[in-house]
Amino acid sequence: MIKSLRANHHILANTQEQLRILSEGMFADGELPTFEDKLSLINEYPLKPNSLEIFQVNVGYMCNQVCKHCHVDAGPDRKEIMTRDTMKMCIDIIRKANIKTLDLTGGAPEMNPDFRWFVEEANKAGVDEIIVRSNLTIILANPSYHDLPQFFKENKVRVISSLPFYQPDKTDRQRGKGVFEKSIKALQMLNEVGYGKEGTGLLMDLVYNPAGAFLPADQLQLERDFKKELKNHFDIDFNSLFTITNLPISRFLEFLLRTDNYDDYMEKLVNAFNPAAVKGVMCRNTLSVDYQGYLYDCDFNQMLGLKVQKAAGQHLRDFDINKLENREIKISQHCYGCTAGAGSSCQGTVA
Amino acid sequence: MEKTYYDPADLKKFGDVAEFGPELAKKFFDYYGDVFKEGALTAREKSLIALAVAHAIQCPYCIDAYTSDSLEKGVTDEQMMEAVHVTTAIRGGASLVHSVQMMNKSKKLSM
Repeated sequence: MIKSLRANHHILANTQEQLRILSEGMFADGELPTFEDKLSLINEYPLKPNSLEIFQVNVGYMCNQVCKHCHVDAGPDRKEIMTRDTMKMCIDIIRKANIKTLDLTGGAPEMNPDFRWFVEEANKAGVDEIIVRSNLTIILANPSYHDLPQFFKENKVRVISSLPFYQPDKTDRQRGKGVFEKSIKALQMLNEVGYGKEGTGLLMDLVYNPAGAFLPADQLQLERDFKKELKNHFDIDFNSLFTITNLPISRFLEFLLRTDNYDDYMEKLVNAFNPAAVKGVMCRNTLSVDYQGYLYDCDFNQMLGLKVQKAAGQHLRDFDINKLENREIKISQHCYGCTAGAGSSCQGTVA
Repeated sequence: MEKTYYDPADLKKFGDVAEFGPELAKKFFDYYGDVFKEGALTAREKSLIALAVAHAIQCPYCIDAYTSDSLEKGVTDEQMMEAVHVTTAIRGGASLVHSVQMMNKSKKLSM
């Protein structure tokens, strides 16, 4: 099994090094316009948020998988984990700020020992929707997780799961040997309790990331392919497929640099810049919370250590919706990933 | 790079051919753009055809461009390889079918 960049003491485990790479080279030379330049041209700089709708909480970086493209650099060796006290602060804010959606991510969020408590409390707090970003294999990883589909159902959780492809090869190359087979089994278990089935109201969506240095295919076309193939071969039903562009940070950045794809990939993202996608980027309606309770404009900025603007209050204990909704969103060249082509967000394309 | 015939960086300069003849270049690129639009064939089908033709005419720039394009249109590795085998079958078949002429001639000349 490959290890996280952190466990390998890789230089890219340092966020400052990643930010240095993103700001230098073609962008410093003027060969390519910076993201700030592009936003200025369309009068969107500084980038400002709309109303806060989604609270995306990263409950820890521990994961049972070590995917090659992971922007979190998650893995079994990552011990960072959110405590119940921090979760309590999140619940208070959900109540006070009328948050519509709680989006739980990780690592494998289910590995946090207080995960189930958090979900139940969020439901009591009256949130409209709870999303769990499940890697699927966690359901089979240990008998204590086998009842997760039932737990999700009882708590009306929306399950969003990564499945890079409807065939084993690409999935296993990106996410680890045997992941495809386990993912299929987990999807079937979710189907068995009603997820992805018409009329149950239990939503199960899949996420597609390209398995390499290229942009995702058309979301609708790919959704048709996935639905047809998964139904024909494994009798699996699901609701929607979301395509997400790989952002050049963490392990994917390491891949781009190691394989000499970095310059071409960045050029591809810049050339595919779509002003229409800027309107719907997720940082405008989402706030990302890390395991310690610090606030970020998105999960990617979290992994780069770019907290929200200081004046907006950088921790849950300083939470002030007015200040946050008037902040300036922090950007770097990785943001081109969210505005390329049809755009990219945790809910798929945006334009 | 001056002593090689192909430079990958030249692919990005394709548009620069307008420098020596803008009018015809514009016509070509307009036409090119229209050809690859979704039509009776899907954009994905057109990308695969382009990939197969690229192998027939052995254009490294085109192979580079349409491998990326095919991946971005959700084409699998298996499908790309099958497209290349179609190219190979046609190319091989094109030679082989001429053997009928050879056989005809041989039979005519032979007692």
